[in-house]
Amino acid sequence: MTDYLLILVSTILVNNFVLVQFLGLCPFMGVSNKLETAIGMSAATTFVLTLASVCSYLVYTYLLVPLDLEYLRTISFIMVIAVVVGFTEMAMRKTSPLLYRVLGIFLPLITTNCAVLGVALLNIKRDNSFVESILYGFGAAVGFSLVMVLFAAMRERIAVADVPKPFQGSAISMITAGLMSLAFLGFTGLVSI
Amino acid sequence: MSSILIAVLLLATLAIIFGAILGFAAVRFKVEGNPIVDQIDNLLPQTQCGQCSYPGCKPYAEAIAAGESINKCPPGGESTIIALADLLGVEPEPLDAEHGAEKDVPMVAIIREDECIGCTKCIQACPIDAIMGAAKQMHTVITDECTGCDLCVEPCPVDCIDMVPIETTLQNWHWDKPENSVSTIEKILIKEVH
Repeated sequence: MTDYLLILVSTILVNNFVLVQFLGLCPFMGVSNKLETAIGMSAATTFVLTLASVCSYLVYTYLLVPLDLEYLRTISFIMVIAVVVGFTEMAMRKTSPLLYRVLGIFLPLITTNCAVLGVALLNIKRDNSFVESILYGFGAAVGFSLVMVLFAAMRERIAVADVPKPFQGSAISMITAGLMSLAFLGFTGLVSI
Repeated sequence: MSSILIAVLLLATLAIIFGAILGFAAVRFKVEGNPIVDQIDNLLPQTQCGQCSYPGCKPYAEAIAAGESINKCPPGGESTIIALADLLGVEPEPLDAEHGAEKDVPMVAIIREDECIGCTKCIQACPIDAIMGAAKQMHTVITDECTGCDLCVEPCPVDCIDMVPIETTLQNWHWDKPENSVSTIEKILIKEVH
């Protein structure tokens, strides 16, 4: 039980995927202009990341390992992620149009989110069990959502702040992200996993 | 050799399974749009001019499907109204003058460029992005793209936009359409008799 909790704390805070491992930076910079879209993107990513880490674990353990084809993991994970995202999008569109309107436009973006592939590959690298893989994916997604929402909230305030001219626009966003990353370095050593 | 074969087979099988899943999902979770909206949309002239007070042809088509009257499209004119009445099985009505009159000849917007002050207001008004220019630079209309909806005339603060009939050139000239097919045939017959 403690192990599982440690995995969650580790992925959310200590080894945060965006600010410490620098994965999934494109949506972090691209979709964080408004808090509302950031929340939508976070929710969609959480859903896809958890599901994708489960599916890729199953494909790896029950197909690739018995056939001695571990070297095909990257390409098969990409296929798994694309299918999971595509299927989710279609199912969501039919069953819940409201949810689709909120998350729909973000789902195709997630297919190319490197954090999703990163989690699937790191699961293999760390020899995670089935439950650990789920938690690892979920924790990574929660960590992603956390910094995404924090960053979007900051950017909304920065947008109306009196920023010196040379720092306006992307520059101040980069500096903010860097400062956030420094702040998250403070969690190093909180848990060792 | 066999390991490569197994690898290829595995990837192919995976691809087929995933493709089947997606194909199944596409059929199973198919979202039916309203087919009548598409049919109405096909009949509208797609000028996206907004003279019907809807933000484009598709929204107007949706409104018609929901019961809006069919006589609010000046660019389409009488022929569109008749086609819509035919499709929907209602009586054709005369064009609603509130939304503008039908033009006899196709028009195109021309900016008098020496008078243009570069305010970009017409660029924002143009529904099809047919006006080029930048702030404090002279603007001009891409004549081939202009649908002649005259939405840009109103916002111009110096009134330097004219609606002019499209000039007949060698490229766009065509024979006059027969005014009345019976009389045309009569004329031909009379000619042949003489």
